[in-house]
Amino acid sequence: MEKLVLRRMARTGEEMLLNFGPQHPATHGVLNFLVDTDGEVMRRAVPDVGYLHRSIEKIGELVGYPGFMPYTDRVDYVAAMFANEGYALAVERLLGLEVPPRARWLRAISCELCRIASHLISTGTMAADLGAYTPLLHAVRERETLNDLIEALCGARLTYCYHRIGGVAFDLPSGWRDRALAFLDHFDTLLVEWDRLISFNHIFVKRLAGVAVIDRGRAIDYGLVGPNLRGSGVDWDIRRDAPYGAYPAFRFDVPVGRGFRGRTGDCFDRYYLRVLEMGQSSRIVREALETLPDGPFMAKVPRKIKPEPGEAFSRVESARGEMAYYVVSDGTDKAYRVHIRTGSFMAMGIIEDLSPGLMVADLVALIASLDVVAPEIDR
Amino acid sequence: MAPDATRPPHARRGTPRAVIALTLAAALGIPASLLGAILVATPLLKPPTIDAALHRWLGIAEPRSWPWRPAVQAVALAVLALVVLGGAGAFSGAISWYERRVAGRMQSRIGPNRAGFLGFFVWMADGLKFLLKEDLVPADADAFLFRAAPYFVMTGFGLTFVVLPFGHSLIVADLDVGIFYATSVTALVVVGILVSGWASNSKWALFGGMRSAAQIISYEIPAGVALFVPVAMAGTLSMQGIVRAQGGYPWEWFALRNPAALVGFFIFFISQLAEANRTPFDLPEAESELVAGYLSEYSGFRFALFFLAEWGSIGVLSALSVTLFLGGWQVPGVSADRIDALRGGGALPAAAWWLWNAASLAVFAAKSLALCNVVIWLRWTLPRIRIDQMTALSWKYLVPAAFTCFAFTLLWQLAVQAAPVIERGCGYGLSGLAVALAALFGWQVWQNLRSVRGGRVDLTNW
Repeated sequence: MEKLVLRRMARTGEEMLLNFGPQHPATHGVLNFLVDTDGEVMRRAVPDVGYLHRSIEKIGELVGYPGFMPYTDRVDYVAAMFANEGYALAVERLLGLEVPPRARWLRAISCELCRIASHLISTGTMAADLGAYTPLLHAVRERETLNDLIEALCGARLTYCYHRIGGVAFDLPSGWRDRALAFLDHFDTLLVEWDRLISFNHIFVKRLAGVAVIDRGRAIDYGLVGPNLRGSGVDWDIRRDAPYGAYPAFRFDVPVGRGFRGRTGDCFDRYYLRVLEMGQSSRIVREALETLPDGPFMAKVPRKIKPEPGEAFSRVESARGEMAYYVVSDGTDKAYRVHIRTGSFMAMGIIEDLSPGLMVADLVALIASLDVVAPEIDR
Repeated sequence: MAPDATRPPHARRGTPRAVIALTLAAALGIPASLLGAILVATPLLKPPTIDAALHRWLGIAEPRSWPWRPAVQAVALAVLALVVLGGAGAFSGAISWYERRVAGRMQSRIGPNRAGFLGFFVWMADGLKFLLKEDLVPADADAFLFRAAPYFVMTGFGLTFVVLPFGHSLIVADLDVGIFYATSVTALVVVGILVSGWASNSKWALFGGMRSAAQIISYEIPAGVALFVPVAMAGTLSMQGIVRAQGGYPWEWFALRNPAALVGFFIFFISQLAEANRTPFDLPEAESELVAGYLSEYSGFRFALFFLAEWGSIGVLSALSVTLFLGGWQVPGVSADRIDALRGGGALPAAAWWLWNAASLAVFAAKSLALCNVVIWLRWTLPRIRIDQMTALSWKYLVPAAFTCFAFTLLWQLAVQAAPVIERGCGYGLSGLAVALAALFGWQVWQNLRSVRGGRVDLTNW
């Protein structure tokens, strides 16, 4: 790998080639960056991915349609509900299956709670990467209550396998609604405290505002999605613009970056969008719990899932942006091809081109603001 | 609280009384004995008292020409050094325990609570653990420099204790150039850090070492200029002289007697935080960027030495700030001259003198510990600033501000000489302002707690 990198970098002999990872507290997961630095300022940072590759897409061809659902959790274990839902949607399209309304609502509720959990990790680890260790623990404390709620719902705290082909696996336990609403009441006040503690802290803002600005055109060219794309001012959200599931029934705002404290598309925009999105998710869950329809939570699914030969493409707005599933069926009970397109993989591409002129400390801020998780990149 | 049904049957209810007793004994006994040792050793283990003791107890007629006198003095000095450095070491350990508890409470968790009541023995356990760890020297590292680096840092740290005025007469050596000596001796720490960064033969360590050197050297300037302010107000560089020029009450402290001194206090405090590598200036050990910076390759006792110096320097920086700006050991209502008068003529001072010295030691310790608390709060609240922002802060903001404070102080001293009421008025005014701000702070904290309903949420498991 180093030979490849050396060929690409014009070295004058004065720079230092550093390995930023793969075992490193700040790379979110097992990621490596080959950093060519001149003192503190980088000349180039080349991402070196693949340390967490587990051949998940290949496994999709081996285990059959229902059997692949637990593997989707591991594609993005920080926000696993979305991975579940994307795959379920794709296979349901192959089968021509309609999901009952209660299942769609439950999917939305679980996904939005998962979005809050994922954004808590994202904003918390961003603060921790920049040296503020306390907000991370506050975020994890809130996430613990969310984990308890989701554990009551589906039995697992991290890899849920809750959405199934045709609906969801379990119905709401009794008393769950009230616990969830109580948590959301508490959580909304926590967001205010969070902003006071860290979001507008002068040092925090100075570290992030104006750093690694990604303008609109570049964001679209590099295929960024989710908060990374919206942070650059592009108003695009799958939930609103290519809706699926129960989202057409909910009213929510989509926060878009507009240079809250610096320039549009800088690290602070991407960070603060996630904080705002947590507030919006809370709103969606409340509305969903209020309007939750009765009925079955699982459609009538054939025992052996053998879709007609064909292909299906589904996309969901995951915490990290658009997560798309492309499933090809050849008529047997095992898929011919499963491909997962994730936001973090696309974000890796832009790091190299943003890196010249950034400092090592800014690289940390950039990686944290793009909210990359290694399992999503490598699958 | 959680009902008993959720607690496993074998779980003990709270800490056993024996453990609480043992912990209290240690937690009170260790500081008491160390402070007591400092109280007794620092005034007594000095040449005049040793000569008097030689004369009285060993019957030596002319102590000054006794051939064994240098040896006895060396032994006395060694004992004094052991007492003070032992106190410094125990303080470093204890402050590490306190920091972990405070960090835990700030982060909605408990902190150490297993080794002794409230986890008090955890610092002793950590020290023992470090001693027992494997002593690694990396293969291609410069072995001699690698081994020597921690000792530079420890020396730089330990030497500052010579001039710290613990109490009215409790100072190891009241040098004429007290504060100047303290600043110059802490520069040894830079050497240690650079050497450790280079000798580790690791790019990350080198990064950290260079960052730290840049940081410490940059912040020497504002610290040095800011401390001209109390020196100008006291008219002497000697530490005891600076403290004696202040008084016990807040309006007699330098920081509140002169508006430029208040600004200078903050400049000095911030610069000292940077010199001690504490967040928000902990870039050299930025965990999330450099793993452990210049400490990356160190393990075992060498690592412990670095951290001893770092935690201990929290205390040193607090002590220096207290001495220079916050009245030092001055007991409110009792002037230094009164305590001098109580000494009596004999070789050993009178009991009342000892009592007041103990009181001044307590005042000094209380003020320093309060500032240590502030240092710890800052670490666990604030993010860290980037290296270029840090150097910009020092050179573009703190240095000009410090020079302005110094220039202002010179003019202020002239004005005060002509009309002393200016200083007293400023003292009362700024003290009143400080009390008002403290009240405002408390009210704001109460409001914040109320707005999140005190953070009351049912966290019992489903």
